[in-house]
Amino acid sequence: MTDSQFPPSFEGPTCSLPLPHGEQVVMGHGSGGRLTSDLIQRVFLPAFANPALLAGNDFASLNLPEAGNLVGALAISTDSHIITPLFFPGGDIGRLAVCGTVNDISMSGANPLYLTAGFILEEGLAIDILQKVAVSMQAAAVEAGITIIAGDTKVVEHGKGDGLFITTTGIGWIPPNRQIGGQMAQPGDVVLISGTLGDHGIAVLAARGELGFETAIHSDTAPLNHLIQAVLEVAPNTHVLRDPTRGGLATTLNEIAHQSQVSIWLEETKIPVKPAVHAACEMLGFDPLYIANEGKVIVILPAAEADAALLAMRNLPYGLDAAQIGEVKADSPGRVLLKTPIGGTRILDVLAGEILPRIC
Amino acid sequence: MRFVDEFRDAKLVKVVLAEIQRIVTRPWTIMEICGGQTHAILHYGLDELLPTQIELVHGPGCPVCVTSLELIDKALAIASQPNVIFCSFGDMLRVPGSSQDLFSIRAAGGQVRVVYSPLDAVKIAQHNPEKEVVFFAIGFETTAPANAASVLQAQALGLKNFSVLVSQVRVPPAMHAILGAPQNRVQGFLAAGHVCSIMGYWEYPPIAEQYRVPIVVTGFEPLDLVNGILMAVRQLEAGTHNVENAYSRVVTKAGNVPAQAMLKRVFTGCDRNWRGIGTIQDSGLRLSEEFLLFDAEKRFSVEHIQTQESEICISGIILQGLKKPFECPAFGTLCRPEKPLGATMVSSEGACAAYYRYKQPMDRT
Amino acid sequence: MCLGVPGKIVEFIEGGPLRMCKVDFGGVFREACIDTLPEAKIGDYTIIHAGFALTLLSEQEAMESLAALRELADLEAEMFPEEK
Repeated sequence: MTDSQFPPSFEGPTCSLPLPHGEQVVMGHGSGGRLTSDLIQRVFLPAFANPALLAGNDFASLNLPEAGNLVGALAISTDSHIITPLFFPGGDIGRLAVCGTVNDISMSGANPLYLTAGFILEEGLAIDILQKVAVSMQAAAVEAGITIIAGDTKVVEHGKGDGLFITTTGIGWIPPNRQIGGQMAQPGDVVLISGTLGDHGIAVLAARGELGFETAIHSDTAPLNHLIQAVLEVAPNTHVLRDPTRGGLATTLNEIAHQSQVSIWLEETKIPVKPAVHAACEMLGFDPLYIANEGKVIVILPAAEADAALLAMRNLPYGLDAAQIGEVKADSPGRVLLKTPIGGTRILDVLAGEILPRIC
Repeated sequence: MRFVDEFRDAKLVKVVLAEIQRIVTRPWTIMEICGGQTHAILHYGLDELLPTQIELVHGPGCPVCVTSLELIDKALAIASQPNVIFCSFGDMLRVPGSSQDLFSIRAAGGQVRVVYSPLDAVKIAQHNPEKEVVFFAIGFETTAPANAASVLQAQALGLKNFSVLVSQVRVPPAMHAILGAPQNRVQGFLAAGHVCSIMGYWEYPPIAEQYRVPIVVTGFEPLDLVNGILMAVRQLEAGTHNVENAYSRVVTKAGNVPAQAMLKRVFTGCDRNWRGIGTIQDSGLRLSEEFLLFDAEKRFSVEHIQTQESEICISGIILQGLKKPFECPAFGTLCRPEKPLGATMVSSEGACAAYYRYKQPMDRT
Repeated sequence: MCLGVPGKIVEFIEGGPLRMCKVDFGGVFREACIDTLPEAKIGDYTIIHAGFALTLLSEQEAMESLAALRELADLEAEMFPEEK
């Protein structure tokens, strides 16, 4: 029944679940939800095990050597970027790569400083596309105030590369006495989000064209380091920063709830979603809380500092729609719950496989 | 969104809930037979806001869940063939066959594409004339016209490379099967609003009469759902068994007559095997004589499929409302959305998946 | 089985064997088959399911349904003020 002679086809919204015995890499392993975390637990963590990895954040925080009179810590993060199409309203793979890693570094409270970039190019890729991507990367780097200091390029045969893949590694510096991470949320903390959810995922889906809808929604891809520094200036006791990328807000909050062993309670009426994103989700049967964002940050901090943090965000272009959306409690550790607009409650679980449009 | 947000008005929902609480005097069991309604009830946490005397039971209203194992295996066999582009609604991709699902076919190199509309599958056929394009035509009467339109479109365009694998099912025979079963506990019915937008509700008075059960055509927003439940409870308390329309902005008694004519032309009635329940007579639609050349079962040799259903899965019993998902020993352990044993754990509004996603051990009562 | 969403008809699309139209869901646009609704006009609202228009939406019925529920709300407020 299975014929391996014909080439694999990845058309259609990419999504998969594993074979029953789970021995093949399938697309769902890249979705950012439960399958991805399974793969990390089964393959990468056992092979690479060390305290930095086991902390489970999007960055690693490493102490500087004492001999050099250096203080604070280094934040290092790496990420690979795969996206179709390469250019979409609001961004492109280059901007996505730079902002993605700048943001991961910034989630530690670090100032991002340097980036490296590795490129895998598919034979046949037009050079002017690569040029456009490079220009876009530099523009994002300038906006973020970082420098791209090293890189590498490889080429694969036509048919083996989907155009272009980029891998970036970022380095930043964490000031001393700054302790921010997914394990730091405390009961009584408040949950803030810097703006509207679902813009990136819907913009890219529209650009891919397979579901046949048009919209003016743009990806929110943006470097958030300046916004985060502004927040930390007025809210120095911030406990958690994380960007809700793959898997959306719901999956990311589940990770944090699990790391910190707390429960997180959200109010659906307070969560900002643009009307067109809301309409696209209604039409396709999606939940905006699971759709990827590339220019938003979740801030979990003591209630006393919430108003100042919100004001700081709302004064900046990438934080205009910042809102307080929930709180942290001690009971039901590891759970994320949502109060619905009519007063009911539902549990927000981790994204299982990938989001599929439905007719039911 | 217009005509959506008004029917999510929290204040009005609370008013209707209070009214239900005021008038209910004894326990009632009400069934909704639409996966979209199951999804909405759990998405809003509506069931826990209803008075405890009201038990909401979820019927076999999920066309994904009730598509027979044999047809799923046929779909997998067709999708595995080298020259085929197999198109499907997203809901179907995760449904397990006897040993695989459409995802594993794709992982092995098969061309499987998710489409939002069957008409998009016709476009794919137009753009890929050298391939055979097959669309998995599942659904109740709501989806049947869209599926029929795809066949009509293909015929009008003279396409030779398009076919449909039909798994259409009808609601009224399922209601008969449930209400006529000896162990039936259902006392009131919420009829599926969008099925009725096509078919009208002229088929329901004989059912209401035969089984002495009130039937209320109900929509999908929180206000629609509680209003439908209120009207059902009012009838139950009064001992009446009429058919009422709580979704009048969309549904009329006659329904969409041109759409019904389209269905009569493209489809004809047949028996259907409902996964987990068994064969219900005259409960399905198949392509009519005029359109048999678009039938994928005839075009591809997929006879002699040996099916192997999980022995542990009790989705049929759950689909009839006789047990709740958490009463299944495999629920949440051997059977989870990532590793489903049966269809009700897969489809986002299959009862088991909905309970797994929205309700956890501490909420089970 | 019925994810159907209201959208406004903004344009008719000519050229195919079946009548098609472009629908606005509120900043999201998609084409849909309007073939079974010959009376449909630009500006009408329709329920779209899987790229197919099921029926036209009656604005009047919608208003009447909401009005009836608001009356119930007023009645409740009058008769059971302590519940506010």
